[in-house]
Amino acid sequence: MAADPGLGENQATPASGDAESAEWLRTLGGAGVEREAAVERLHAILLRVAGNEVRRRAPRLRLAGPELDDVAHQAAADALLAVIAKLGEFRGESRFTTWAYKFAVLEVSAKLGRHFWRDPGVRLEGEDWERLPDRFGFDPAERSEWHDLLATLRRAVDEELTERQRQIFVAIVLKGVPTDALAVELDTNRNAVYKAMFDARRKLRAALVARGYLDIGTSRRS
Amino acid sequence: MNGWDELDRFLGTDPRDVGCEKAMDLLHVYVELVTRHPEAARRRYPGIVAHLRACGPCSEDFEGLLAAVSGTAG
Repeated sequence: MAADPGLGENQATPASGDAESAEWLRTLGGAGVEREAAVERLHAILLRVAGNEVRRRAPRLRLAGPELDDVAHQAAADALLAVIAKLGEFRGESRFTTWAYKFAVLEVSAKLGRHFWRDPGVRLEGEDWERLPDRFGFDPAERSEWHDLLATLRRAVDEELTERQRQIFVAIVLKGVPTDALAVELDTNRNAVYKAMFDARRKLRAALVARGYLDIGTSRRS
Repeated sequence: MNGWDELDRFLGTDPRDVGCEKAMDLLHVYVELVTRHPEAARRRYPGIVAHLRACGPCSEDFEGLLAAVSGTAG
């Protein structure tokens, strides 16, 4: 992956001059009743953002009412702690509230990743290779067209990937484990899982191209 | 999109992709620019654009923060 492309000299879009952001910094960085009121107001804002975010994602989750509320409350509480702890890291590149909202959204992601494993039906063991055609939308009626391609892909997974890359590929692609949930299970973070998958994808694509499959696939596309 | 296209798309990697950590570090800056000047955001942060195109979880966080900033969620 790129070390820093796409960021370059324009990393910041200074917006620190806005009065509202300055007021948040002043009150949260202060003391006494004024600071307590600011913390309380920020918590209410983060709870609203976290609640909205949980509801936005709810249709794709196996969670219901009270559990969703729990996730929102936990996310808002942890986001508040993170914002206060990192107040000195706010660089004024956006409005303060946008920066703070980000913590609420990321905390919701993290909490939902942990929730995934509460389903007793979820297992990391085993490899369901039969799932592969459906995962990529191959038409069963055209099995003769893609059978050799997927057999070659499976062989490349076994021969080209490191054990860690293979483990992550199997979990995400064959078992449908979300990246954040897998990061929790492997005691790592989203970035490390993504990086392993990025390298795995690159290796597997190179293996298929070397054997002429993807080029053949391109010419076969309808 | 058929299976060949989907597999090709899934295995494709963009060398500009900055990864989750850098994309999330600047997500608030990127989102604000998207709300004001979407084209400028794409030009200024091609590495983030490439990443969000490939990373489902980060793309989900982007959509969530965009909704929060735009006041469209809930």
